[in-house]
Amino acid sequence: MITMDLLAINFSLGLEKLLLIGAIITFSLIVAMYTTYAERKVAAWMQDRRGPNRAGPFGLLQPAADGLKLFFKEEIIPLTSNKTLFVLGPALAMITAMLTSAVIPWGSSIELFGRNISLQIADVNIGILYVFGVVSMGVYGIMIGGWSSNNKFSLIAAVRGASQIISYELAMGLSLIALLMMTGSLSLKTIVQQQMEGGWNIIYQPLGFLIFLICVFAECNRTPFDLPEAENELNFGYHQEYSSMKLGLYLFAEYVNMFISSAVVSTLFFGGYDIPFVDETALSLSLGANTVALLGFAALFAKILFFLFLFIWVRWTIPRFRYDQLMDLGWKKLIPLALANMLITAVVILWLNK
Amino acid sequence: MHINEILFWFLTALALFSAMMVVFSKNPVHSVLWLIVVFMAITGHYIIMNAQFLAIVNMIVYAGAIMVLFLFVIMFMNLNAESEPQKSKWMKFAAVLSGGSLMLILIAALKDNGGFISSMRGEGSIGLIKNLGKVLFTDYVVPFEISSILFLSAMVGAVVLGKKDSSTIVS
Repeated sequence: MITMDLLAINFSLGLEKLLLIGAIITFSLIVAMYTTYAERKVAAWMQDRRGPNRAGPFGLLQPAADGLKLFFKEEIIPLTSNKTLFVLGPALAMITAMLTSAVIPWGSSIELFGRNISLQIADVNIGILYVFGVVSMGVYGIMIGGWSSNNKFSLIAAVRGASQIISYELAMGLSLIALLMMTGSLSLKTIVQQQMEGGWNIIYQPLGFLIFLICVFAECNRTPFDLPEAENELNFGYHQEYSSMKLGLYLFAEYVNMFISSAVVSTLFFGGYDIPFVDETALSLSLGANTVALLGFAALFAKILFFLFLFIWVRWTIPRFRYDQLMDLGWKKLIPLALANMLITAVVILWLNK
Repeated sequence: MHINEILFWFLTALALFSAMMVVFSKNPVHSVLWLIVVFMAITGHYIIMNAQFLAIVNMIVYAGAIMVLFLFVIMFMNLNAESEPQKSKWMKFAAVLSGGSLMLILIAALKDNGGFISSMRGEGSIGLIKNLGKVLFTDYVVPFEISSILFLSAMVGAVVLGKKDSSTIVS
């Protein structure tokens, strides 16, 4: 009985996974915290300013100061709002941002205390579909928050955000189908292992990667797709009525989303924890498996940092789309392009296999 | 009690409770949110049965896509209690009668099927995506394609309905 074994209580395994979950969540929160700092520093650098430089050396304590400020602010719940849902909204946004990290392989496995510990919380055989499932849940955080605020700007922003996310989810899924036809597996760990042997997927799927990247920008509500927060049209967007840490959770969830989606992009198209131009099995003989696993994690982290920089770079370079342009791009350009990419991939695979 | 059984009863209780809350909630938005919880509980049931693909598709399609569209429509409605039209007594009576008879039929159909619950254990691997895909694209390929054509025609129909003919607006 397969699930019986899976669900049988194994305390050491449970403890191991619990520690891993704690470590990954702490890690993503810290990275998200410093992404806010990086965003301001990079923006300052691009605009020839200095950026935050008062709190701590080089302004390194600025994110902590911002967090404390948000915690100590007065918490206001509007009188006419729906109170339960008003509190549920930011919580959902944060939870769904975190949940995706469960299926990402953060590295190969390490040996500790005679146990072989895999650096992935759950290697489920539907890994990438799980990511889609969680992403589709992410809409509710925005929608519930926007509606329960009982403010027309919030509602419009929420509906904008939701329709944008649903529209771009389609093109995202279609662009991935081409990739999945090549790998033949939905498990993210298998996809990484295949890339270690046969070269990164970006070489075979450049168009798919481009479509996927654009859709990731739209799913994270980042510029040029940050229409739910378009301040010149909607004041402050779906979190207009929020204050204190509830607002902080919404803003912070965006950065966690950026971090996790950078990890997904690196895993799917850039080899995940594969160290470029290095044969890991040969290296692990000379350096030991643990060192190589940590190096692999460092390689993945370097790729993630690049994509985080790309997110920030694009934000301070490109202006925002108009809403009809956004829908036009999603439905009339990206989806046909993704379908064409899928068909071409299928034909090539069949032709090569003949 | 095995952990599988504990999970089964917990998810069952959760699904039934949320289903009741869907009906009893005064606020339609709350109803939709409870319905999402029902779908989540059913997703959990699929996972216990080791049907992972079905579980995740249930979550993406029902809880993720269809319920978002429900929320869309309901959020734009006027939810004032005063403007809500009251249904007549006869309507309520008919609704109770038809719902009750549906429940009677369901109970009658499931009552004799004693092995129903015990066969729901996570045995076998038919629900895994590899096996499901093989079965769908070999044994059941014709029904599968026909149902996809059905979906396509529904989509075309929706586009035709949604497309405003400019000549009829003028006239």
